[in-house]
Amino acid sequence: MSPPDAPAPFTDDSGPVFDEPWHAQVLALADAMVAAGHFSAADWAEALGAARAAAEARAAPDTVEGYYLCALEALEGLLARHTPIGAQIQRERKEAWSRAYLATPHGRPVELGR
Amino acid sequence: MTTFDSDEAAKVHRQLHHALPSDPALRVKALESLVVERGMVAPETLDAWVEAYSEHIGPKRGAEMVARSWLDPSFRARLLEDAAAVAEELGFQGHASAHLKAVENTDRIHNVVVCTLCSCYPFSILGMSPSWYKSAAYRSRIVREPRKVLAEFGVELPEGVAVRVWDSTAELRYLVVPQRPAGTEGWSLEQLTALVTRNAMIGTERDLSPYVKGAA
Repeated sequence: MSPPDAPAPFTDDSGPVFDEPWHAQVLALADAMVAAGHFSAADWAEALGAARAAAEARAAPDTVEGYYLCALEALEGLLARHTPIGAQIQRERKEAWSRAYLATPHGRPVELGR
Repeated sequence: MTTFDSDEAAKVHRQLHHALPSDPALRVKALESLVVERGMVAPETLDAWVEAYSEHIGPKRGAEMVARSWLDPSFRARLLEDAAAVAEELGFQGHASAHLKAVENTDRIHNVVVCTLCSCYPFSILGMSPSWYKSAAYRSRIVREPRKVLAEFGVELPEGVAVRVWDSTAELRYLVVPQRPAGTEGWSLEQLTALVTRNAMIGTERDLSPYVKGAA
């Protein structure tokens, strides 16, 4: 429940800005949704803060990946609350992309089956 | 080879699976396709954002603002008065709603910035935040024991220097204006800009003197 007592290595991370493309995409989406007025910057901060608090409460690893997973969870929740894109629609779309990837031969663009 | 080979089939299956993005990557792709097809966000906006923040926008914008404030007292006064307006004048604005406040280090005061709630950060002028800024450890410890955390960053503050910790929010973000180091008289804007580090503008670095350490 409590934050780790051992000092975190606050080393300078001069590597790539984003470890994974989806890390950048989740922030880009959140920023674009705020800019377009679908939810506010305060909504975003609150949702991300809540996701972080929940992750800390269940002692999730305090890592970069963990941070972006919280950001994704926050974005999914905000879309469900502030737009017609509910959790069920999100899950179905993810499954559709998953099937599309598995069904697309190497070297071909992955497209959703209609 | 046309005969069925179970090992070969398994290998093909693994390769196919290998091409399957990770669970979170698929979830992001799902959200992106859903908001784009509903016209809620333009795909070009997302592409431009990712490109800009991955490659172009680092802390250089903030560094330029700090260096200008060292050279021009009237610019400095305006920066401390209304940093958001100054950022906008320079074309560095992010969210219209996000206000920016510049806080200056002095001989008696050291400023350091955190977002205890999540990870609010003036990324339109500092680029993406470093991973430690987002860590639970930094967010909790910098408030509890700022001098100790600063020491871990290599900042040893003399007794007479007070620490102010600024907690960012979605509406108000902070830029620390570090002190101009001695021995830089006559330096150009470009030379001074190159001295200003991202950490100095968050407050986890204090002395920017080129004669103390490398001005990386």
